[in-house]
Amino acid sequence: MSFITELVILVLAAWVGVEVISKVPQMLHTPLMSGTNAIHGVVVVGAILVLGAAAGGTVETICGVVAVAFGAANVVGGFVVTDRMLQMFRRRPEPPKQDQG
Amino acid sequence: MTRVDLIQVAYLVASFCFILGLRWLSSPRTARRGNLVAAVGMLIAIIATLVDGRVIGYTWIAIAAFVGGSIGALVARRVQMTAMPQLVALLNGLGGGAAALIAISEYHAMSASGEVALGAVIAVSVMFSTIVGSISFAGSLVAFGKLQEIVPGRPITWPAQKMINGLGAIVVLGLAAYASFNIHDPILWLAAAIALLLGVSAVLPIGGADMPVVIAFLNACTGLAAAATGFALNNSLLIIAGVLVGASGTLLTQLMSKAMNRSVASVLFGAFGGGGGSGSAVGASGEALPVLEISASDLAAQLVYARRVMIVPGYGLAVAQAQHPVRELADLLIARGVSVAFAIHPVAGRMPGHMNVLLAEADVPYDQLLEMEEANADFPQTDIVLVIGANDVVNPAARDDESSALYGMPILEVDNAEHVIVFKRSMATGFAGVENMLFHDPKTRMLFGDARKSLTQLVQDVQAV
Repeated sequence: MSFITELVILVLAAWVGVEVISKVPQMLHTPLMSGTNAIHGVVVVGAILVLGAAAGGTVETICGVVAVAFGAANVVGGFVVTDRMLQMFRRRPEPPKQDQG
Repeated sequence: MTRVDLIQVAYLVASFCFILGLRWLSSPRTARRGNLVAAVGMLIAIIATLVDGRVIGYTWIAIAAFVGGSIGALVARRVQMTAMPQLVALLNGLGGGAAALIAISEYHAMSASGEVALGAVIAVSVMFSTIVGSISFAGSLVAFGKLQEIVPGRPITWPAQKMINGLGAIVVLGLAAYASFNIHDPILWLAAAIALLLGVSAVLPIGGADMPVVIAFLNACTGLAAAATGFALNNSLLIIAGVLVGASGTLLTQLMSKAMNRSVASVLFGAFGGGGGSGSAVGASGEALPVLEISASDLAAQLVYARRVMIVPGYGLAVAQAQHPVRELADLLIARGVSVAFAIHPVAGRMPGHMNVLLAEADVPYDQLLEMEEANADFPQTDIVLVIGANDVVNPAARDDESSALYGMPILEVDNAEHVIVFKRSMATGFAGVENMLFHDPKTRMLFGDARKSLTQLVQDVQAV
């Protein structure tokens, strides 16, 4: 991929990011932060590439193992805790139906 | 289609999932689904990466992913909602650390293959993710320590702090430039080590209540560090996801500092605030201003006969663990036909939106939670406002007194309501150390004591009315 292509991707992604995120209400800012936190755990992809290709080199293996562990904790922890928070956001329960009769 | 193409398609699908997930976060109805979609996107991305031809060994990956993933899941399931800011800081630090390690490892691979200098794009991206990732890692851990109260929350300062930090930053940049033209591992490691120290010394001077801004800022840093590793590894998914997070972190940083009426720079470099001061207000003539009190039973009677009641919760409410009694009170009043809502200031709590999560945990339905603008439009029609554990965010000086340190900060204009009741431990000032004239307003009554006890008493009294 050329540098220019990557730059185009960067600019477009930044634009989409600003558009989408500015619509998130204040109420959901904590889940937004922990959710985006989980998304930057995508570095685990980079860590897998580094560690998977490390043919026994000590530095690559150590860096890779720690990076994969960090990234995995980041991804799993981020999505799990966001889900835990979001399941608590509930609407007012419907008023109980009155018995006829 | 070749395998490489398929992987690219998978990355495209993953990017789409991330964006859709964030889009669905714009409403509490769809938010949970949105998080799930983003998680599915992540799963697709990881599977696609595992089948990449460059990945040849799986043992270490499996071990590291299992250990990291289990710890992440365990902590995320156990953590209390009041401790959410710490957890976000910690996870954020891990992401930053991973980004830095990837860059260091890439650099080492190039050094091992006998290259002498880096190309411009690779140099900038490797150095950026090493430095910013390291700063984010160390800074987030200090922020975690402060929020967890392992490290003192007050600003920690030392002489010539800014100069030393500035010098450190110059040294790091110099080392990075040198390491780009002369590939030599220890130079990069030294740069990373100094960047770690910089992260520590940058966050130590920041006061506990400024943490919402700091966490949002570090979140942006980790996102951008991840995007930089995308350039280094030629990976479009890392660029897209990293930049999405960078945009989100930047927006939240700006939003938070605006809500605190401070510039981002003054938060990050200001060493603002300390322990709350104490003392009573003194009028222009030098005598102490009067403060009127109310008892829980009197208040209970007033509340039951009110038409509209607004509750303004601050972080003090969460500290006192009073979310449940406050929800009980709201339920009781609603059952009696009183209309009740919660007015939430953007900086209530220790991170953006924290108070909403704490109230949601106590089963307050989200349609009772009002943002600042809605609440301010409502106060003139409100009979009674209960201010619980909040101070600076309801201080009218921010609106009226140009000489005040708070002047210009958007506030909840509770003094437009008919009656204001302030739940408070003592007359100590808020975080900003500014006297609050609201407490001396003739329409204000104080209910002194621990918020949880006061509310529990109030619930009993309302039941008795």
